[in-house]
Amino acid sequence: MVDWYQKLAESAETGTPPAASMMVSGACVELTQAFDVLPLYPEVNALQLAIRRQSLEPILAAEEFGYASDNCAYVKADIGAYFKGITPTGSPLPKPALVLCNFVGCNTYVKWFEHVSVIMEAPLYVLDVPFLRAGEPSADAIAYVVRQLKELVVKLEEITGKQLDMDKLREAVWCSSQVEEYWSKIKHLARRSPSPFDAYFDAITLMGPLYVHRATREGVAFFKQALEELELKAELDREAGVRERFRLVFEGPPPYPHFRAFRDMFAKWNACAVASTYSTVGGLWEFGARHDPDNPFESIALHMIEHNVTNRNMQQRNEQIKRYVEEWDADGVIIHFVKSCRLFSAGQGDMREYFSRTLGVPTLYVESDLADPRYFSTAQLQTRVDAYFEALEMHKSARTSAHVG
Amino acid sequence: MNDLYVTCEDIISDIDFKTVRDWKDRTGGKAVGYFPVYAPAEIIHAAGMLPVGLAGAGDRLDIQHADARFGSFICSIVKTTLELGMTDHLAAFDALLFTSICDSARNLCYVMQRNFPEKYVDFLHLPHNPSSPAAAEFLASEYRRLSARLEELGGEPYDEVAVLHAIESFNENRALTRSLCDWRAERPHLMKASELYALVRAGNYLPVEQHTEMLVAAGAEFEGRAAKARDSIRVVVEGAFCEQPPIDVVRIIEQAGCYVVDDDLTIGRRWFTEDISTDGDPMMALAQAYLDKSVYSSVRHDFRKPRSQGLVEKVRNRKADAVIMLVAKFCEPAYFDYVLFKQELEKEGIPHLLIEFEEKLFTFENLRMEVETFAESLLFA
Repeated sequence: MVDWYQKLAESAETGTPPAASMMVSGACVELTQAFDVLPLYPEVNALQLAIRRQSLEPILAAEEFGYASDNCAYVKADIGAYFKGITPTGSPLPKPALVLCNFVGCNTYVKWFEHVSVIMEAPLYVLDVPFLRAGEPSADAIAYVVRQLKELVVKLEEITGKQLDMDKLREAVWCSSQVEEYWSKIKHLARRSPSPFDAYFDAITLMGPLYVHRATREGVAFFKQALEELELKAELDREAGVRERFRLVFEGPPPYPHFRAFRDMFAKWNACAVASTYSTVGGLWEFGARHDPDNPFESIALHMIEHNVTNRNMQQRNEQIKRYVEEWDADGVIIHFVKSCRLFSAGQGDMREYFSRTLGVPTLYVESDLADPRYFSTAQLQTRVDAYFEALEMHKSARTSAHVG
Repeated sequence: MNDLYVTCEDIISDIDFKTVRDWKDRTGGKAVGYFPVYAPAEIIHAAGMLPVGLAGAGDRLDIQHADARFGSFICSIVKTTLELGMTDHLAAFDALLFTSICDSARNLCYVMQRNFPEKYVDFLHLPHNPSSPAAAEFLASEYRRLSARLEELGGEPYDEVAVLHAIESFNENRALTRSLCDWRAERPHLMKASELYALVRAGNYLPVEQHTEMLVAAGAEFEGRAAKARDSIRVVVEGAFCEQPPIDVVRIIEQAGCYVVDDDLTIGRRWFTEDISTDGDPMMALAQAYLDKSVYSSVRHDFRKPRSQGLVEKVRNRKADAVIMLVAKFCEPAYFDYVLFKQELEKEGIPHLLIEFEEKLFTFENLRMEVETFAESLLFA
């Protein structure tokens, strides 16, 4: 990630290579990679500011400019930081040569990128991705996205002065398919007990490289090594007799400004996330989907429409979590409602109803925010988390007794 | 107040949907409710069904269940619509339709689908990239999909002529609505904003032909009116395109010294700036109209022309003095657009006032004082 920020700083200073703002979820980074265009992710900048506890100042600046207290705090952190000249690392960020709104599920993004385009006076292209309704996208939806990807190629050719090199595109798509394979294997390691890593809090640290380096050889090498190290850790944990007390599935983004405090609330109970929906924002690969170098445009389109959590509907998200609970053998579900992100949060109470009442899975629902530090009450959250684990412990022992009996 | 407007106010405040149930009893047809802001009602009409524009429950329903399903920071209309379903007020509807206006409405679609499996609940993806030559074809495919699903639900099989006739009926209705809006902008002292609002919105709950008759009758009645203009500023009201404010909010804006010369309340009923073509493939005509003939709206994205430019043009065309941004609490599309609208209005020297509301707003004194102060500051500047 340091390397990426370094490249962005070079781009800011020299204008080379050009950068394109993109949305993490469903990013067509393979296409920008084929043109050597740097991906610039406003939400990564926003979360980096938040986790470094630098988000409040830009949020307040954005509110002064006219944004509402109930607007997405990612947007406010990003745009406020631009006004204030703040960047996550202190090094400059480039003005995007293209604001590429790869609209995937999140309506806020359409507004965010429009604002970025207006405020930074940078050209905008909205790549409209139809929302996934049925299990698979329609042929019309795929054709619509493929045609827009080809329109985007023309834009990228104009920006870079280069023709699309199909071999380079296939290479980028191949790299993504390899990274997806390794990432998927890492996710499946969490099916073991004990899990060698936390598939929410630890997975988040691997998500940055996943977005930035997915379509590169460096990305492939990084995720290969990550898998090897985690496999070794799994073996060592098993030999050392490491035990986890609770296995959980997490739904929703984390509270980045209070990341450590939130993590500690669960660590205190020796609870481990074995799966999370947030870690599938960039792509949902643990159920088998991969980019296909033989069909680069179609597979990029499928990735955008079908294989990321944000473009899938709530019933499909329920099903995804249900599979995690069953196949990753989880004891319960934690739903973290973040006020900024209605894409994730609107209707999560109904999700709780589905898991707790319909399926009988112990479910905790807590509220805070992903970037605004003002919406986090440590004592209140800790009380709710503690109460949940106390009940979960009873639930587990009752289940064990029933099983033994 | 004339009986017609009393009737309209009764219709729009009726959360038991009597007009819909009566129509079903009379015809044996099915009813399709669509969440704001826009839906291709012509396709539903051509299937022999009644398209009904939903608009939450206003202040007519206490939320007992939906708060727990949608939590804090979510707008009221999403919750009251779910509450209507959970309290059996949507029993008359065989299908519910949602579109890509915002994340909360989109998620509501699937919460409804899970909770009401007996209904056909669907989501239409209205394109965000009208500049793409592929967008019209994609949207037409969405419309054909809807038509096929309605047929499965028991609707009339797809018939090109029936859709063309439906387009003609809705064209007539929209043209009359547009002309009443123009008439109001010319003579706001003769037509109250609350009257026009109730009259237009009532069309959400009636067969289009019946509503067109009401518009004709209203037009004739307006023509016969006479009154003296009073000292008021001319305002455009913008931002309440989805969740609707209590009608008293509209009344108070007028009573506090404003003539409302244009607004985007219930904008779905006058979504197109001109008639939809009745030549050729009607599904393609509907799709092309959505892409090229729609009004600007905070829930429709067309980067060929900024929406803030649309607002400024509206202000200039209507000779308005100011804009009142009337924004529903937690409405993210309106919150976002407010930022760019504010910039543009200030650049153009157009005064503006921001008001936040909720469906259930019940104390209006602060609102009245704010609007009065705003109007006076312009009248006596």
